[in-house]
Amino acid sequence: MAEVSCRRIVKEYDGGVQAVKGIDLDIADEEFVVLVGPSGCGKSTTLRMIAGLEEITGGEILIGGDVVNDVPPRDRDIAMVFQNYALYPHMSVFDNMAFGLKLRKFPKDEIKRRVDEAARILDIAPLLDRKPRALSGGQRQRVAMGRAIVRNPKVFLFDEPLSNLDAKLRVQMRTEIKKVHQTVKTTTVYVTHDQVEAMTLADRVVVMNAGHIEQVGTPQELYHNPATRFVAGFIGSPAMNFMPCRIVEAAGGGIAVHVNDQILLPVPEARAARYRPYMGKPMVFGMRPEHLFEYHEQGKPGWERVDLKVDVVEPMGMETMVHFFLGGDPICARVAPETECHPEQILPLTADMNNMHLMDGDTGKVV
Amino acid sequence: MSAQLDTRAVPAVGSSAASARAAVHRTSLHRQRQWALWGSYAALAVFVVMFLMPPFYTLMTSLKSSAEISAQTGSPWLVKHPTLENFWYLITYPNFQTYYLNSVIITVLTVAVSMVISILAAFSLARMGFWGSNVLSTGVFLTYLIPPSLLFIPLFQIVGWMHLINSVWALVLLYPTLAVPFCTWIMIGYFSSIPRELDEAALIDGAGYLQILTKIFIPVAMPGIIAATIFAFTVAWGQFLYPLAYLYTSNQMVLTVGIISDLIRGDVFQWGKIMAACLLASLPPIVIYAFLMDYYVAGLTAGATKG
Repeated sequence: MAEVSCRRIVKEYDGGVQAVKGIDLDIADEEFVVLVGPSGCGKSTTLRMIAGLEEITGGEILIGGDVVNDVPPRDRDIAMVFQNYALYPHMSVFDNMAFGLKLRKFPKDEIKRRVDEAARILDIAPLLDRKPRALSGGQRQRVAMGRAIVRNPKVFLFDEPLSNLDAKLRVQMRTEIKKVHQTVKTTTVYVTHDQVEAMTLADRVVVMNAGHIEQVGTPQELYHNPATRFVAGFIGSPAMNFMPCRIVEAAGGGIAVHVNDQILLPVPEARAARYRPYMGKPMVFGMRPEHLFEYHEQGKPGWERVDLKVDVVEPMGMETMVHFFLGGDPICARVAPETECHPEQILPLTADMNNMHLMDGDTGKVV
Repeated sequence: MSAQLDTRAVPAVGSSAASARAAVHRTSLHRQRQWALWGSYAALAVFVVMFLMPPFYTLMTSLKSSAEISAQTGSPWLVKHPTLENFWYLITYPNFQTYYLNSVIITVLTVAVSMVISILAAFSLARMGFWGSNVLSTGVFLTYLIPPSLLFIPLFQIVGWMHLINSVWALVLLYPTLAVPFCTWIMIGYFSSIPRELDEAALIDGAGYLQILTKIFIPVAMPGIIAATIFAFTVAWGQFLYPLAYLYTSNQMVLTVGIISDLIRGDVFQWGKIMAACLLASLPPIVIYAFLMDYYVAGLTAGATKG
């Protein structure tokens, strides 16, 4: 096992297109790091550069303290799980898992011991004689993971391994991957575009956008303290509500947020000093749907009443998502399932201003 | 109560009308399908008769004695007194045995050489992505478009310079030039259809390029390899022009030219023996096609859709 470091790594394709624009990232030994971001953000390219499947245009990659820029993939002591499984179709499950060990001339007994052990961990022991075409999607992905585990490599690399599975199986396999990591504790770099996968699996999440890193942090840090509007919008489902706003003076010496030039929401005292320098500037107000909920008579400090006209109601069982418009901007609120609401109704809501976010309108940075 | 009855009645009428419409639609589809089937069968029957007539005529003639052939009585399509004397003559005829052996040697060597070159070339062109590989793979196919009849005169000079005129080795050297371009083209298409993640997984597992080729690509691309093998076999087994130009003694001759040069003497055509020789010469391709046809079709299809 080993730590992985990326030092100012750049990937530039023919024609000058930069897919990765000089990122720095240190991944600790035994850590599970997830690279997440929209399509084309450079996350898969970064992973492939770590694997040695893409040449690096600039910078350095270190695995276990050694620079591996010019080391071929087979000598990097890594294992990779691909989105489409990449199982060898003419080999049995056993041979697929044993292939890397056979190439490295491991003794037969050792190969069998390792394959059996991986098959036990992944619960695929009865499938060892089957060909990949006789397996379901979930079983194939398990075999692909088994092929990685038997090698006992320094680093596991996962390239969107669950994208080809249906929603139910994806949730199940997510748990399996986490369980495997808890068992083998190998340093893992995992790429996904699914923020739920990122949040549930990662020790730390790396949010990437347009070839650079937006923010690195634990799932809770990213969720509660996003550094930029991009991160705030990308992490969390449904996404955070954003509306243009200005900070204005409020009665009693405090300040308030004038959202969309329509509603005035007082800023809690604890945040006032931080937001005061942005008075009058074009800003963006952000609030997650769960911090906008049904109105309570007995409110807490920082809870402000907002009345909005209901556009669409989505009952989800344990909660109800209610959609509104405020000055042309869509807003989503998460209310208790017993809350009575229907389209065109004016629904009183509580905005929990203790959990508001304020972003610079020009730079997108959270202040 | 009556309201209930009414509401039940309405969908019943509606559903019976709908099912009637569906039945009409099904019948019309059924009829259309039947017509299409009959049309297809008729076209296929014409096709089959056209293509089976010559071999049938060949078989009938090969079973006739020279006297029956020259008698010109009765239907030429039927045999009155079937005999295997033509076949027995050929099987025991030393020249024919030599032609057969030469054809087999040349074909086996041509197929082996062509496939080794084609597989290595196709793998490097399809997967190794070196500078100019795309232009080169198009160039490989373009060489296939040059007709062999244009090349045999300049090649005659080269073969002569190598002192290989009237030697089976001349054909072993030349036939791959006819087979390799198309075989490479088929294999490029087939190799390109193999997901790139397979190479990458093998690279990470510790395989080198040669191991990727031998342990992953060749087993996975076996249908394509068989298709290319059959093509190379057909080129080498059925080639007529080159042996006619380069070989002239019986000990070096191959079947295609040997049958004609040996069994037509002056203006005497030994039709029974010629036809029997043709049937015996057709045996290897028939056997190979019959066993490998499924793979052949699969291989050509994969190459075509990807290429």
